[in-house]
Amino acid sequence: MSQSLYPYRSTQIASRKLGGEMMIMSASDSTLFTLNETATILWEAADGSASLEEIVAAKIFPQFDVEYEKALDDTETLAQQLASHGILFLASEPKGPGRACSGERVNQ
Amino acid sequence: MSALLEEMSEKALQLGVPLSVQLDLTYRCNERCVHCYLEHDDHGEMTTVEIKSLLRELADAGVFILTLSGGEIMLRKDFFDILERARQLTFCIKLKTNAILIGEREAERIKSLGVESIQVSIYSHRPEVHDSITKVPGSLHRSIHAIRFLKARGLKLIIANVLMAQNRQDYRGVRALAAELGVDCTLDPTVTPKMDGDRSILRLGADHATLREVFREEGLVRSTTDFCAPAPKADDGVLDSLPCSAGHNACYVSPYGDVYPCVQFPLPSGNVRRAPFLDIWRHSEQLNEVRSIRLRDLPSCSQCVHASGCTRCPGLAYMEGNMRGPSIQDCEKSFARTGIPSVNLLSRAAQVPRLVQIQGLKTAAAAA
Repeated sequence: MSQSLYPYRSTQIASRKLGGEMMIMSASDSTLFTLNETATILWEAADGSASLEEIVAAKIFPQFDVEYEKALDDTETLAQQLASHGILFLASEPKGPGRACSGERVNQ
Repeated sequence: MSALLEEMSEKALQLGVPLSVQLDLTYRCNERCVHCYLEHDDHGEMTTVEIKSLLRELADAGVFILTLSGGEIMLRKDFFDILERARQLTFCIKLKTNAILIGEREAERIKSLGVESIQVSIYSHRPEVHDSITKVPGSLHRSIHAIRFLKARGLKLIIANVLMAQNRQDYRGVRALAAELGVDCTLDPTVTPKMDGDRSILRLGADHATLREVFREEGLVRSTTDFCAPAPKADDGVLDSLPCSAGHNACYVSPYGDVYPCVQFPLPSGNVRRAPFLDIWRHSEQLNEVRSIRLRDLPSCSQCVHASGCTRCPGLAYMEGNMRGPSIQDCEKSFARTGIPSVNLLSRAAQVPRLVQIQGLKTAAAAA
């Protein structure tokens, strides 16, 4: 990964955790997604303040029996997949608390 | 329902999670629809603070789909305050409205808050018919304007039409209007009794011939042959199934905080002003009774030829006097669909006193 990416959730989605799985509904086209355990961890941490590396180091790597580099690669792939559906955005800079999630996006 | 949503509904059912809740914000309304089941006076609606507190409880209980309805939701001065809080809590929001108070500014606000869909009641494409049902002159025009504002902002719109005797000629026109506006359209053939039990408005419903006609309308049903075919014999799987999702993974909360299994099933099950929502959801005797009922527990319906294909609504049955009994409206729908009378209809027919033709009366009178 050449530059750090800071994931943040779209405000145009609905979400709720159901039995460990995160349900996400996109308001733009009513598409429903469900996220597995790892993706749910990423989703819950994606508030724009932490980079993917920081999220993997703090939340994902300690919980799974996998090498850090592999965990980071998988997480970045996952983040890009969520971003391709417009439910997660990836910023090149951290976003402060309370800022609107409509700023610059590197995944457009 | 998408396969994934169905899967989530099943999971919610197993976990005992209320996946979907309808919350009526008010019973007040700016229309006076002839078939409406509500009484519109305000008897002490929940305050903004109470509703926001309830929203937190609903989110914590796992509610995902939150339908905000009424009455007319836009009559609440705090509507956008409530909606904003609901979206902060990441509910999937569906709105039900007549939309006549929605202008461009309101449409913009609804869009910015990420609402999933908006259902607007339209009873006819002809103003003279629609407005005579709502009793508000100009209401069709205003509702259609609002639909255009909302649609132009990329929102998902659904026109909801209730089939009645008064508008039975117009369901095709409403579908054509929906197509022209680029929105979805539903047709509900059920007029619901008033929540206080008054059944007088049922006389407004569509008659047998109209039901027969719409159930055979290409485009309304996927396959008329399949839709109108007699139901297969109910096996153990069907007999052990749940009559519907009311009280299982869905429920309804009134503007006064009353919890019911469904908006169409007014069985008082608790009040969120007196007990936490989750306590009511988990421990209400009434909800647990509803949850205990399987199709095989319905004395009449389990024996009926329509058992495996009927749309029986337990709420309508409850309003008829017995939540384990049949719902005459659904019996009539099954009959109109298949041409086969239900056990309930046959039983009622047998109970109607036969007309006795009195013969020889004239002769007897003359003899006297």
